[in-house]
Amino acid sequence: MSGVRWSLWVLAAFAALLGLFALQLSRPKDDTVPSTMVGKTIPAFDLPAATAQNPGLSSADLTNGQPHLLNVFASWCVPCAAEAPQLAELQREGAPLVGVAVRDQADDLAAFYQQYGDPFSRVGADKVSQLQFLIGSSGVPEIYVVDGHGVIRHQHIGMVRPEDIPDLLSRLKGARG
Amino acid sequence: MIAEFGLAALWLAAALAALQLIAAVLGQRKGGETLALLVRPAAVAQALLCGLAFLMLLWVFARTDLSVLLVAENSNAQSPLIFKIAGAWGNHEGSMLLWVTIMAAAGGLIALIERRLPERTMSATLGAQAFVTFGFYTFILFASNPFNRLASAPQGGGLNPLLQDPGLAFHPPTLYCGYVGLSIAFSFAVGALLTRQVTPEFARVMRPWILGAWIFLTIGITAGSYWSYYELGWGGWWFWDPVENASLMPWLAATALFHSVSVLASRDALRTWTIMLGVVAFSMSMIGTFLVRSGILTSVHAFAVDPTRGMFILVLLAINIGGALALFAVRAGTIAEGERFSALSREGALVINNVTLSAVLGIVLLGTLYPLVTEAFGVRVSVGPPYFNPVSAIFVFPMLVVLAVGPLLRWRGDRLARIKTPAIAVAAVGLAALLALWLIAGIAFLELLGLTLAAVVAVAAFLPLRGRSLKRLPLPVWGMCVAHFGIAVALFGMSVDSAFTVETLTAASVGQTIDVGPWKVRLDAVEPVAGPNWTALSGRLSASYHGGAEHELTPMSRTFWAPPQTTSESALLTRWNGQLYTVIGEGTPDGRWQLRLWWKPFVTCIWLGGFLIALGGFLALVGRVSVDVRRRVATRKIAARRAEMAAV
Repeated sequence: MSGVRWSLWVLAAFAALLGLFALQLSRPKDDTVPSTMVGKTIPAFDLPAATAQNPGLSSADLTNGQPHLLNVFASWCVPCAAEAPQLAELQREGAPLVGVAVRDQADDLAAFYQQYGDPFSRVGADKVSQLQFLIGSSGVPEIYVVDGHGVIRHQHIGMVRPEDIPDLLSRLKGARG
Repeated sequence: MIAEFGLAALWLAAALAALQLIAAVLGQRKGGETLALLVRPAAVAQALLCGLAFLMLLWVFARTDLSVLLVAENSNAQSPLIFKIAGAWGNHEGSMLLWVTIMAAAGGLIALIERRLPERTMSATLGAQAFVTFGFYTFILFASNPFNRLASAPQGGGLNPLLQDPGLAFHPPTLYCGYVGLSIAFSFAVGALLTRQVTPEFARVMRPWILGAWIFLTIGITAGSYWSYYELGWGGWWFWDPVENASLMPWLAATALFHSVSVLASRDALRTWTIMLGVVAFSMSMIGTFLVRSGILTSVHAFAVDPTRGMFILVLLAINIGGALALFAVRAGTIAEGERFSALSREGALVINNVTLSAVLGIVLLGTLYPLVTEAFGVRVSVGPPYFNPVSAIFVFPMLVVLAVGPLLRWRGDRLARIKTPAIAVAAVGLAALLALWLIAGIAFLELLGLTLAAVVAVAAFLPLRGRSLKRLPLPVWGMCVAHFGIAVALFGMSVDSAFTVETLTAASVGQTIDVGPWKVRLDAVEPVAGPNWTALSGRLSASYHGGAEHELTPMSRTFWAPPQTTSESALLTRWNGQLYTVIGEGTPDGRWQLRLWWKPFVTCIWLGGFLIALGGFLALVGRVSVDVRRRVATRKIAARRAEMAAV
């Protein structure tokens, strides 16, 4: 009977599985999902103003020759509130900050600015996560370094901690050159 | 003291497992019969000791003995008693002890009551069981000791709030009975291979164990699905999450296995295949455990991730599964081919059942592991419903067609002409359902097929009763009909839920009325509520169906303080034709509240079907076991009579 032969195939498949498991176990686990858009030009978009406080955001605003920090955030997101002091610090250091408010309401956002401050020159309303998908952002908050030609140079996943500020500033400087 | 006592019992149990293994191995040799006599008592004593160790763990948890590290990390003096006890298995170490306790108990039970197989085969089987159990003992003692003490006693972390739910407290033990119950099938398969005893008798002995494990798995999966449905507040009932798949894969293998074991028991066919499935079913349990515990897959069911433990389980996997597969490769050729049968026969239909179930198993396994494979090449992907649903449907739907006619066929060989009338009736039901559904509404293809097949299977499930005396019908046949009908009910629920669910997400102010499907839901108030170890904001909703009487619903947003976490407690309103599912979220600064409402027609059928399937299995199990008991009593009587005659 051919029982022996197909059982060898099963055995081989199992050995391959073990190899795969062992390989994955020996590697450190990394749960973040980096954007595949890093190094590419930001796709064309045009988002309406999220509140009356700031004008909206379009891809044209990011290709004016000046590099930007693009912050993807929302008023309903707790780490976004927690990173506010660091964003204010970035603004004091002269970093041009623009924002994308994901799935947010104008009045919620206004209250958010009132409480945590508004470091942005422009904030686009991304009602259905359209831009979020386009730039490969997997959650909020995330901050992107976009150079003067609209090319995404760097993606920072999660909230900006005080120790991240020098790195972001130097990358912003790097994007100028 | 209690913890040390438990640890000592565990060490002794491990030693007994080693003794059981050695006695079984040496007992296989010529002249080793006396040594083999030790195997059964060792298995029973091992089960008792391991049970004792588990009781000691329950004790330290019930008393919240915070000097035990595991208790300190996973329990809290303020939790209600039931969750304190459930905390014992709501963590890695405790659940591994539960796992090995069930495994030892199952081994002890077969050692105690199973006397139909040749003693050599039994002793090889118990040896295999001891081998697997011993591996898990070493894992617990060296890498996951639940009785470790803590130098200084802190406050206690508390059970994850999501798990502080009565349904979930009993969900893992149920599933474990299923997973680990399959180890008996595994050991029987290994024992039969070692002693070359793949016989119908072997299948009959193995069958109730498979059925028992399968019933537990079915209940566990069904209950787990309902739990995630109402507890996670997403309104979904199956997410193809790796941990869900880890429970589905052994279930699929076990389903195939008890169908093929029936063929082996009744017809002495499918010998090697049944053995293979016996090995695969428990292997799936172990692989599932590995995937969950090692943390190599990202899942919502996170256990503490520890690569050392992962490596330990991986080695156990390699030895247990690799060993069994290698044994199979060596021995499969020596198993004589079983009885032959024609393609159009009960066996033929059951082979199709087995092939399709195995294919679905392969699909789920592939989908679960695919992210791992691509990750090895540096690409991140996630696999979800768009893959699993249609691809498994390709195999499930033909299987259901076969399910409709298979039970009508005779063993060995049959003619199509004989089952013409019922087959045409079933086809007519299918066509009528298809036509009606197609006319009624624009339903997507998969849902349309699902509903049609649900109608077909529902009718066909009871066709085997045709022309038979219902009073004298054996219980297992009833079991089959009920289980197959359960599949139809579940499939109906899934398809209707997928095709007709209505969802609304709004920010509502108090007093506002929201429409969702046939319901009008009014937000009456939002009030603070205090529980034993949480506080909550509770929404009061009034819901009326088609303008009828108002019903009150109180979904909550709960905040636990040990550990700190917020959970959504959905509120459900069940009617005969579906459920209204409500979730309250956070408040907006202008005093409105996020409300998420679903009207899910006939969604309860999914779990009702699941329980019917389990009930069918239970009927079959009771039928099989009562026949076995009666037979045993009869044999004993005959033996007594013979002895009497001889004396005369």
